[in-house]
Amino acid sequence: MLNLFDILGPVMVGPSSSHTAGAVRIGLMARSLLGEPPVEAAIHLHGSFAETGSGHGTDRALVAGLLGMQPDDLRIPGAAQEAEKAGLSVTIDTVNLREAHPNTAILEVRGASGRTLELQAASLGGGRIMVNKLDGIEVSFSGAFNTLVVRSRDVNGVVSGVTSILYQLGVNVANMSVCRPKRGADMLMVIEVDEHIKPSQVAFLNELPNIISVTYYDKEEEDDGTGFDEGDL
Amino acid sequence: MALDSMKEIFEAMEDQGLPFWEVILRADMEDRQVSRSQSMAKMLTVWQAMSEAADNYSGRRRSASGLVGGDGMKMRQYTLRGKAMTGGYVSEVIAEALSMAESNACMCRIVAAPTAGACGVLPAVMLSLCRREKLTQHQILEALYVASGIGAVIAHKAGIAGASGGCQAEIGTASAMAAGALVALRGGTGEQIGHGVAMALKNLMGLVCDPVAGLVEVPCVKRNVIGAVNAVSAADMALAGIESRIPVDEVIDAMGEVGRRMPVEFRETALGGLAATPTGQAVKARMQKP
Repeated sequence: MLNLFDILGPVMVGPSSSHTAGAVRIGLMARSLLGEPPVEAAIHLHGSFAETGSGHGTDRALVAGLLGMQPDDLRIPGAAQEAEKAGLSVTIDTVNLREAHPNTAILEVRGASGRTLELQAASLGGGRIMVNKLDGIEVSFSGAFNTLVVRSRDVNGVVSGVTSILYQLGVNVANMSVCRPKRGADMLMVIEVDEHIKPSQVAFLNELPNIISVTYYDKEEEDDGTGFDEGDL
Repeated sequence: MALDSMKEIFEAMEDQGLPFWEVILRADMEDRQVSRSQSMAKMLTVWQAMSEAADNYSGRRRSASGLVGGDGMKMRQYTLRGKAMTGGYVSEVIAEALSMAESNACMCRIVAAPTAGACGVLPAVMLSLCRREKLTQHQILEALYVASGIGAVIAHKAGIAGASGGCQAEIGTASAMAAGALVALRGGTGEQIGHGVAMALKNLMGLVCDPVAGLVEVPCVKRNVIGAVNAVSAADMALAGIESRIPVDEVIDAMGEVGRRMPVEFRETALGGLAATPTGQAVKARMQKP
């Protein structure tokens, strides 16, 4: 669903909302869900991303996102040099995926702590994205909400443990999916919520029994209109 | 209120006694659950980003393929020498549309309106008018709400992606948004906004998306010019009292229909049109060399 500022916006570095702005957002999503700055990234481009990615700066845009830049960051064209400065080593190649959106990228990232994440996401146009897989598990979320990704052991009560804490924090769940590849395997929860969650609260969730890891994507900050006076215009 | 058709906007204007722009503002407040100040503050940042993008154009940057850059400056200098046949406002519109679209191709910061490839159309007609006439920031924000409301309706009814509807969906939509903004800036009625939108869209209907080497460069940059100039003529016609014989919502539906039936070669795949010319193919081959 498009809002008014998807029509007049985003404010972005060109040349393409799908191949550049959307790519930055995919990189940012991977950085957030890794839970720490990546030091190593293997980027695999599929379809139109593979064919026209270099001319659209898709490679640099994905790296820019991994470095924490927003889609309107003027450093995007020089993201390769910025990566070197930040100690992020990057490899980029192309892949041919079956039944994937033409603008798809797979990002395999590793943080300094050794933690890893493999994220597959598509850029849908207008800068909007959809995450399709996390560590090989099929998911579906867009970053339009604040998003918690919880990995846990497959035992009774883990889901209610997490949701009851969210209830106590006054956090409302908008959408939620729970998936485990097979019985007894580790489980993945994707929880989209209306409120912002503080880093300390993410850390608290991490300490719950049977939780392997909790990472969090905070959606792009909205201007709250403070200081704006229509009478001044 | 969902912005599903122009008719709904006209009816809301009638029922609530509101101007066009205010119907759109309220729709945004409802849709995103934000205050009037929040919405207008965000619209102001959009305008500031457009203005900054124009101010930062130097004509020195070149695109990834090297095919794009410097033409906005050439047009500006030609106009300043007094050579331009169009002259005055329209010459400035042409120069500004080229400059902004080039900035996009050269990885500068722009505002997608409604897409990055069509980002030059709306700011070209508005910034150029601002330089010639005294407009308040409130008037400018009003025009931007009008433009974005028109874009939202077209996005809902027909689509705004070149990959689904061809260039008419991108430059055509941008042109319709710009025409509506101009009519609003000149104090036109809601009905006149509708006629301006209809005429702008009708005159670009069927335009194919055929980017050379798949890049947002050729012919996208110059197509921003036709989108902008077309918007000026459509707005002037509407303000003169000229009416579109086909109602605006029917024009938008027809545009969507044309887009859906457009062969895939002409929908951003770079397989047809200018992309398939010998020169277009040569550029593609050059770009693919490691």
